[in-house]
Amino acid sequence: MLSPVDYLLWFASVFFEAAVVVCLFRSRFLTWYLPLNICMLGALLIGIGRFVALHHFGFLSLQYRYIYYFSDALSTVLLYFAIMALYQIMFKQMKVSQYIRAGSIFLLGATALFSYLVIRDHKTQLLTRFAGELSQNLYFLGVVLTYLLWGALAKLRETRTRLVQLILALGIYFSVSAIAYALRNMFSDLPVARLLVQLAGTFLPLAWAYTFWRVPEEARLALARLAAPNPNQ
Amino acid sequence: MIAALILVISLAALFQFFVSYCRSLIAACNTAELSPEVQEVAGLQGQLVPADEFERLLQFVHLCPAAEHDRNGLRAVSAYFRLMSWLRALVQPLAPRLAAWAEAERAGCGYFAAVALDRRIMHSRELMAAQMSQQL
Repeated sequence: MLSPVDYLLWFASVFFEAAVVVCLFRSRFLTWYLPLNICMLGALLIGIGRFVALHHFGFLSLQYRYIYYFSDALSTVLLYFAIMALYQIMFKQMKVSQYIRAGSIFLLGATALFSYLVIRDHKTQLLTRFAGELSQNLYFLGVVLTYLLWGALAKLRETRTRLVQLILALGIYFSVSAIAYALRNMFSDLPVARLLVQLAGTFLPLAWAYTFWRVPEEARLALARLAAPNPNQ
Repeated sequence: MIAALILVISLAALFQFFVSYCRSLIAACNTAELSPEVQEVAGLQGQLVPADEFERLLQFVHLCPAAEHDRNGLRAVSAYFRLMSWLRALVQPLAPRLAAWAEAERAGCGYFAAVALDRRIMHSRELMAAQMSQQL
């Protein structure tokens, strides 16, 4: 069953997702960050839908389990497109958006194929297993892609504070989610893994809401201050 | 095996992202100047904030009415401060340069807390002014 902490984190994540959507609708840069807004709107609807399903079918029901895994896969795909949107914003001046689009669809297709190859020998609950496997692989792919984006950001000396914070928050979200899935695989049904997923799910909209609310688009920072230290220096 | 590998890579990435995220929050505050009020309230001398003042400044911050927008940053930077304190204590005898870096980061956290306190004092004043104008 869900504890009060689960409910609290759930409501907090829905609240902050709504805050991001409202902040972006009120901002002058709605079209600029439109994919991120669609992603947060999708996450908001998924959060509300899950809550309705939980109350309708119950936590231990098969229906809720199906809805949970499919909605998780859907939200991961949405966040995957959010990374690609950040790539588009980052490389806007280079006019490589068509390559980014093609590359993102290829990577998504390859991940889906790999996920299918992993679960195809199972005889039961093929679709649910596929959704779970796809989410897990996309979380790890998200870590790698966000890390590459962070590397490109440092290389190109990008100084837009908003962009930097959006990317880093997404990196933290994907890393924690990938850690949670890896822990689940290593020690099945570990309560910490579920808590980590919920914490990450609350952190991302909170950090994005903070960024869109408090950091103006014009804000700039010195990127040299951000990299983690090199012990050899 | 693959899960363990994913765990290790993700943990390393998380460390990098977390450190950079906290540093971006601190760097965004570095341009703000501390008002004379906050210097007087917190007993600070000039714009420099010693690292060891962080906890005390945070206690002052918690005494002020909360402004919703800075909670997230404060929590992240508090966690970062603890991480840096732990790192400094751990590497002090082995890598003095890394320990010095951690100390500089702790000082950055201190400055962040001072700026947060400054903003909360301003927020409290605005609340008080609004309340007084309602009473009139």
